[in-house]
Amino acid sequence: MTETLPATEAPADGLINGLYREGMPIADSVAPSGPIADRWALRQFEAKLVNPANRRKLSVIIVGTGLAGAAAGATLGEAGYQVKSFCYQDSPRRAHSIAAQGGINAAKNYKGDGDSAYRLFYDTVKGGDYRSRESNVYRLAEVSTSIIDQCVAQGVPFAREYGGMLDNRSFGGVQVSRTFYARGQTGQQLLIGAYQALERQIAAGSVQMYSRHEMLELVMVEGVARGIIARDMVTGEIETHLADAVVLATGGYGNVFYLSTNAMGCNVTANWRAHRKGAYFANPCYTQIHPTCIPVSGEYQSKLTLMSESLRNDGRIWVPKRAEDGSKDPREIPEEDRDYYLERIYPAFGNLVPRDIASRAAKNVCDEGRGVGPGGLGVYLDFADSIERLGKSAVESKYGNLFDMYQRITGENPYELPMRIYPAVHYTMGGLWVDYDLQSNIPGLFVAGEANFSDHGANRLGASALMQGLADGYFVLPNTIRNYLAEGPYPKIEENDPAVVEAREQVQQRIDHFLSVNGTRSVDSYHKALGKIMWDKCGMERSEEGLKEAIAEIRELRADFWQNVRVLGSADTINQSLEKAGRVADFIELGELMCVDALHRRESCGGHFRVESQTEDGEALRKDDEFAYVAAWESGGEDGAPILHKEDLVYEFVEMKQRSYK
Amino acid sequence: MKLTLKIWRQGGPSADGEMVTYPIEGVSEDMSFLEMLDVLNEELIAKGEEPVAFDSDCREGICGMCGLVINGQAHGPEVTTTCQLHMRSFSDGDEISIEPWRAEAFPVLKDLCVDRTSFDRIIQAGGYISANTGAAPDAAATLVPKDDADRAFMGAECIGCGACVAACPNASGMLFMGAKVTHLGELPQGQPERYARVVSMVDQHDAEGFGGCTNLGECSRACPKGIPLNVISQMNRDLQRAKLGKH
Repeated sequence: MTETLPATEAPADGLINGLYREGMPIADSVAPSGPIADRWALRQFEAKLVNPANRRKLSVIIVGTGLAGAAAGATLGEAGYQVKSFCYQDSPRRAHSIAAQGGINAAKNYKGDGDSAYRLFYDTVKGGDYRSRESNVYRLAEVSTSIIDQCVAQGVPFAREYGGMLDNRSFGGVQVSRTFYARGQTGQQLLIGAYQALERQIAAGSVQMYSRHEMLELVMVEGVARGIIARDMVTGEIETHLADAVVLATGGYGNVFYLSTNAMGCNVTANWRAHRKGAYFANPCYTQIHPTCIPVSGEYQSKLTLMSESLRNDGRIWVPKRAEDGSKDPREIPEEDRDYYLERIYPAFGNLVPRDIASRAAKNVCDEGRGVGPGGLGVYLDFADSIERLGKSAVESKYGNLFDMYQRITGENPYELPMRIYPAVHYTMGGLWVDYDLQSNIPGLFVAGEANFSDHGANRLGASALMQGLADGYFVLPNTIRNYLAEGPYPKIEENDPAVVEAREQVQQRIDHFLSVNGTRSVDSYHKALGKIMWDKCGMERSEEGLKEAIAEIRELRADFWQNVRVLGSADTINQSLEKAGRVADFIELGELMCVDALHRRESCGGHFRVESQTEDGEALRKDDEFAYVAAWESGGEDGAPILHKEDLVYEFVEMKQRSYK
Repeated sequence: MKLTLKIWRQGGPSADGEMVTYPIEGVSEDMSFLEMLDVLNEELIAKGEEPVAFDSDCREGICGMCGLVINGQAHGPEVTTTCQLHMRSFSDGDEISIEPWRAEAFPVLKDLCVDRTSFDRIIQAGGYISANTGAAPDAAATLVPKDDADRAFMGAECIGCGACVAACPNASGMLFMGAKVTHLGELPQGQPERYARVVSMVDQHDAEGFGGCTNLGECSRACPKGIPLNVISQMNRDLQRAKLGKH
């Protein structure tokens, strides 16, 4: 049922569909050409060196202390640069990388099952639905093996076999065992490794740590990133920090949906401030929605909790065939009245279809009124068959900790009753545009980890987020940023430089505004309203009509927010409402850009599903002729429309194919 | 449920604090404890009163950012983090007291938020293995027996929340430190710095104003990750060997 898509309106006033303009195309000009396996080695060789004695004269600001930020901070500190590291939490060890459960991919081929850097590269490009860069992805696969070496040397306690060798498991439907793990706490263990390396550099004096600090503005001097304005979240002091280069490693923006699996404090402010100063934001609409999360239980819900994807190996997903059975005790619904819909629609992959497909199928059955639990927004994940087949103790040994967590949150015993699950926003593939060197279009501004857009295309494979964060932090960024630093030290900037003063004033004005509006609605109420618009209209399914409505609603919400928000208290102590107000203001603007991006991309790919672009079977339909490009958006300024810059994606090594899981 | 909350309010690090009573109604048993406080804060904002400041981030029990003393117990009546405590652990009509971690080494910043950077400084004193990026041998070059790896993992599970300190009558940080000493000391990679590490970390611990350990075991009982008391014995053994030069 491929419908004819509406033609692009003629841009009479330069505005396409009344929303955006198209600017010059861009090229990732620094990626070397030639054999793909040689490109990273070539780039490292070509990148200029900095003499050890000169490194201490060069300074780098790193915002964020997750895997990418902490690893980069530690590595640049070890190399001898002067590093300033910032995080909003009370300690760098809290960053949300810590919550990743499953594992980290690496093409070690310790299992001898035919894995290689090339295979990991191929799987990642395909998994990303052919919307990522080949050169970047190959580099990621190539350095993946060094990550494991580095982490083991730091004392990361990966799972081991009885003989003392590292253990691996398979993950996310790939056919090799390449995932290293530390029980269900891989993210925690990797982050603590990076954190300890960072603390070692803090003790050595090469890294200065600023915890409970939030970056609120980027300092640009003559078109170059030269520092940040940060607020000390305890004293409220507005501080200026200047350096030769700035690295943003601030994570993803899933909290634009209000409810997500992200931590409460995860936000887009650092990235959005950089975007407003000229940094391109690439593919903002690419969002990953994870199929197995604990459903919302009420209006007060503050966040969603992921249940590891591994549960789909032994649990069977179903809903009642008839909507009226939704309120029955599931144990009393006989077999013939149940619809194991994934097994029915996708007989080849069954309950193990990829994340985006499982998520959308759950939404469809709930939209039909067959969902279960509060509000009808849930499906059953049932272990009764597995318990009968394997025994309760076998199921307990595999999933015991997850079952306990489920019971603690829901008060229901999953050994007796089927679990209820529902999809939730989990990861954002989009982010600030970077070139092969991880440098944004603003000279001196680098972006690492989930905060950049670079490696996952339109969909990320399981166990690849930790890999990318550490690849960027330990191995890529420290090797590419030196090419930029080698041209330094850059001219000294004074704190009374007009550009610095202006950035500080911008920060101060926003804070003064929030504290003086004295409106009637709390910051959280706006955040929830934004999240509802985004989830309903820019979530698992997007349509032209819905996105246009969403844009209008977000604009209305934005106007109301600035006039009617209520922030109590003062600016000179911890003020969590004030912190959130700044973040929500930026989320509202990002939300609109996400809708514009989703509207302009009139195809379905990866996590982006446009109802107008589907196959006869209702599966995602890519349009490679029209949309095989990165959409990098330039801010249009206060009242201006965003400007689209296209970077064409060229596939020299991997053939583009339509995915099928039937 | 209808509850009466008694919450520690303190305007800033040097301000005087006091317990303030807030009634709250309509609490659902499916709410987490922190969501119940979110609801209270929304009500306070609507009334024009400043909301209660408290720390939390991941809200799934792993980042270690949250931590409240609830009815006198660190993280409350269940052995879990505050964010994973749900209101079904309480009953209609309950009076609940909510305080910050109390320890000299964790000064209060505002209301229920405390400064735990003393933990970071203990890690800076030696809670790491010195392995510069890029200098690592192949990960398979060093075999680690599974039992050693499992014991190291047990120590590595610590989330640095500080409940051990809050639960200890001496406000000692020994369980936190013992967990790290055990994690790194059980692994072959951690051997070169093993004895210097423990001496340096213990010195820093004492300098931060944490108390000594008198083997009461409250720390381990309050630990949301179930770190056992014997990590402190392991640390003391290493410390003794280090001091006597017998290693």
